[in-house]
Amino acid sequence: MASAERPLSPHLQIYKPQISSVLSILHRITGAALGIGLLLLAWWLIAAAAGPDAFATVQGFIGSWLGRLILLGFTWALFYHLLNGIRHLGWDLLWGLDLPTMTKTGWAVVIGSGVLTILAWIVAYAMKG
Amino acid sequence: MAEFTLPKNSKVKAGKTWAAKPGAKQPRRFHIYRWNPDDGQNPQVDIYEVDMAECAPMVLDALIKIKNEIDPTLTFRRSCREGVCGSCAMNIDGTNTLACTMAVEDCAKGGDVKIYPLPHMPVVKDLVPDLTQFYAQYASIQPWMQTQSATPSRERLQSKEDRQKLDGYYECILCACCSTSCPSYWWNGDRYLGPAVLLQAWRWIADSRDEMTGERLDNLEDPFRLYRCHTIMNCAKTCPKGLNPARAIAEIKKLMVERRL
Repeated sequence: MASAERPLSPHLQIYKPQISSVLSILHRITGAALGIGLLLLAWWLIAAAAGPDAFATVQGFIGSWLGRLILLGFTWALFYHLLNGIRHLGWDLLWGLDLPTMTKTGWAVVIGSGVLTILAWIVAYAMKG
Repeated sequence: MAEFTLPKNSKVKAGKTWAAKPGAKQPRRFHIYRWNPDDGQNPQVDIYEVDMAECAPMVLDALIKIKNEIDPTLTFRRSCREGVCGSCAMNIDGTNTLACTMAVEDCAKGGDVKIYPLPHMPVVKDLVPDLTQFYAQYASIQPWMQTQSATPSRERLQSKEDRQKLDGYYECILCACCSTSCPSYWWNGDRYLGPAVLLQAWRWIADSRDEMTGERLDNLEDPFRLYRCHTIMNCAKTCPKGLNPARAIAEIKKLMVERRL
């Protein structure tokens, strides 16, 4: 008997999100975001070289609430990617692959990236005076 | 390119509900993925109410009870019923495990139990996935001891320490829970070997009696076969035998670097 083409069983739709997979996809997303963020940095530097008017435009955007929000996201992405990158280095050296350590370092990265982001912004605002 | 949604013929529809017999003392609902190759319909999820007061404790017991007493068309693989054969691997309550070692009591915090076939696999019928590709990949790593030295007059001996290097790897029963939990395997399963097969590859690389380590590593030195592992760790989280395929893969990657130094 001819049977219908086999369906593909559900995957993302049904698989439970967990610390392993969620932090992994966040690592990739923050990595991509940092790449895009670098364009912003390049824009800022090019504007600085182009002259005071261009620089003022970019400064105006970055200083706006939207600009600051993007910078806040960029700061968090940077710290998350940095800390999780260290976690990956550990794994490559066969350190921290057991589940209890993997879970602990995962939460450490989540909490650590938040704390470092807040600290960085406190320092930044303090320096601005 | 990864496809994050299901193809049109794979979209899951709501199915029918099989209510518990009146007077059931502890009814528990099981949502079970169904697909019949012969009716031309899309897959659907049927709901079965099972009286747990009259059912043995494991998810496999509930499945067998459904097949025996409610719906004989329900199809699934099972054999040893004690976590040794790996036949009843499926997705229960959102993660992959063996139906025979998973207690219904421990599922879904007492709520409805959701049961699907192993994820991102072609479905033969209901909870039975087609493992042809998985087995072909297993064969590709040549999972047997290979030697070049002259055959000794007695067994090839192994020190206690060398034998211990296989602990955590030889126990793998090839149930495919880990490979089918791995997003990388979902998107690149045609070329990436996946955690189960790579763990098996390491089991032979790590064996002090095997003399083909170089060839085995050559076979894995490939952007897809080995290096699609991004240490997501879903494999280790889901292994019903408590093994750690991620560690086995990290060992292979480390050896790849070391042999170049």
